[in-house]
Amino acid sequence: MGNIISPENIVYQKPKLLNDTDMHYCPGCSHGVVHKLIAEVIEEMGLEEKAVGVSPVGCAVFAYKYIDIDWQEAAHGRAPAIATAIKRLWPDRLVFTYQGDGDLACIGTAETIHALNRGENIAIIFINNAIYGMTGGQMAPTTLMGMKTATCPYGRQADLHGYPLKITELAAQLEGTCYVTRQSVHSVAAIRKAKRAIRQAFENSVNRRGSSLVEIVSTCSSGWKKTPVEANQWMEEHMFDFYHVGDLKV
Amino acid sequence: MAKMKGAIVVNTERCKGCELCAVACPFDLIKLAERVVNRHGYRYVEQVNSDACTGCTSCAIVCPDGCITVYRVKDSE
Repeated sequence: MGNIISPENIVYQKPKLLNDTDMHYCPGCSHGVVHKLIAEVIEEMGLEEKAVGVSPVGCAVFAYKYIDIDWQEAAHGRAPAIATAIKRLWPDRLVFTYQGDGDLACIGTAETIHALNRGENIAIIFINNAIYGMTGGQMAPTTLMGMKTATCPYGRQADLHGYPLKITELAAQLEGTCYVTRQSVHSVAAIRKAKRAIRQAFENSVNRRGSSLVEIVSTCSSGWKKTPVEANQWMEEHMFDFYHVGDLKV
Repeated sequence: MAKMKGAIVVNTERCKGCELCAVACPFDLIKLAERVVNRHGYRYVEQVNSDACTGCTSCAIVCPDGCITVYRVKDSE
């Protein structure tokens, strides 16, 4: 046993770009997995000095503390506008935003749709967990029909709250987007696919092919009031029926 | 066919005990440690039967906090 654990036998470890700072996310949060994938992809592409992330308002507001690249914090929902400026001023950089559903699909819908429609050469990572996690589990634009949250305790109803917003389907219709996909990170196979999607989006940004949107259907075990394992099962049973995983535009 | 032999090391101070690794392990080798917590007050996971580990990395890939380092060698037997 003792001789297995030595540096030359390492086959998997925390990416170097992911800082040793403890992440504030709840146990089992999908944010951690996506942070790890972003760090791995940037390392593999050798873009440690050329990557600029734009962090949102929401649970991922401290993303700049966890991944050791350049970051810019944006006002709530305005990440695509900030990313537009960065990419136009620094065309050779990898510029991406990292946004949740409350940031991207609610207060930032205008910025998101217009940045994608202009075909800005940025990548948008969209974490969709169908709830406002940071503020205590309120209903989000992406909350499923019938889903119970703090602000719709009897479940979301169409006549009162309207219908869930499929931002990714909208983005796929826009001329400016070159790559639109929906992935998830609930299993090993799904995580491998999500990593390939993030890499594709980042390559599109670097090579100035247009806008890319990678939606990651995620869990919020605290907001959903489930254990991390139950949250993954609930996501598989309920979220994927409405948010179909796969490429929408390649 | 050469069998692979693996081992994992868990960063117990970083682990939050979400148990996603325990679900992902194909051989059911990871469990929450009993009656111990780390400095954050979280229970953390440990490997229970290290001989059966093949170093497949499934546990480390699903770990949201990057707590698991996986080692692997070819079994010489």
